[in-house]
Amino acid sequence: MIFRLFFAALLLFSACTAPAPVGSLPILGNRDVVNGDTIYPTVRDFAFVDQDSQLVTNATFQDKAYVVDFFFIHCPTICPKVKANGLRVYEKYKNDPRVLLLSHSIDTRNDTVPALKSHADKLGIETARWHLVTGNKDSIYTIADDYFSVATENPEAPGGFDHSGRLILVDKNRHVRAFCDGTDSEDVDRFMLDIDRLLKEY
Amino acid sequence: MNNTKANNSVMKNLRHLSLLLIFCVGVLTSLTDCTTHPKAEGELLYSMYCSNCHLDDGKGLGALIPPLAGSDYLVKHRDELACLLVHGIADTIYVNGQMYAEAMPGAEKLSHIEVTNILNYIQNAWGNNYGRFQPEDVRSSLKACDH
Repeated sequence: MIFRLFFAALLLFSACTAPAPVGSLPILGNRDVVNGDTIYPTVRDFAFVDQDSQLVTNATFQDKAYVVDFFFIHCPTICPKVKANGLRVYEKYKNDPRVLLLSHSIDTRNDTVPALKSHADKLGIETARWHLVTGNKDSIYTIADDYFSVATENPEAPGGFDHSGRLILVDKNRHVRAFCDGTDSEDVDRFMLDIDRLLKEY
Repeated sequence: MNNTKANNSVMKNLRHLSLLLIFCVGVLTSLTDCTTHPKAEGELLYSMYCSNCHLDDGKGLGALIPPLAGSDYLVKHRDELACLLVHGIADTIYVNGQMYAEAMPGAEKLSHIEVTNILNYIQNAWGNNYGRFQPEDVRSSLKACDH
């Protein structure tokens, strides 16, 4: 009995400390079965404008893996931490053409194209690798749902917006495959291993 | 007979004394635990008010948010730091030769003790060795910029 308990405890502990599992990443979200086919949730069609006034659509990320987040420039809370961790992801995959980054501004009134351009310059990032986009406010807020993230206006929140600090990994088939808390650098370390796992499919 | 009695009462007194001693040590330990530790408070307040932008390692972010670690600004503008922290800053500043133009919000609700603890944390963390502030100096700096 004691041995069995010990074994159970051992199993529990190993479950907590196990290294990242090998094999392919799961597709996240609720799936449907239609006529015997499994349908996974996908990111809808979108069209936004980036810091260079270029149109950014799903086609921009064709055959790529891309990392998504939601932010605003004058964000008094979590954004700099998320951006600092985003920069770590950017630096790691800067020379890997398969990986891009896409940050959506949720403050569409203030974060104009020139403001985004200046923000990108101050971060020291290349537009071709990391698109900071603005666009129709409602489109940005609703696409957050497709990435299982949160972006809403809330006058009572610090800076006027509620948003999640998640970084979300999307594959070439518009499926969300992994995410992490962008304010937590250890979680971001784990997330970058997920990116590596996804890239094995490319 | 008398000797044993005397011994007994000495023993009793000793026991009382040792109980009292244990009690006093207990009270003292709990008291010192209750008073705040300035460095711990400075670090905690930094994590609440500063680290979202200046980050845990004090390195800031690109040309957006200036570093505090190894920052020449902390030395050159030492006397203005208390007011900056409380009232924020809207001007363009230069830190280690780099221009920074983003506004910093102030932390208006902090007491002069809290400001002192944050400043002393910043001035002495991450390899900084910029000397300490005294609460009285911080209080008089803050009075000068009170509005």
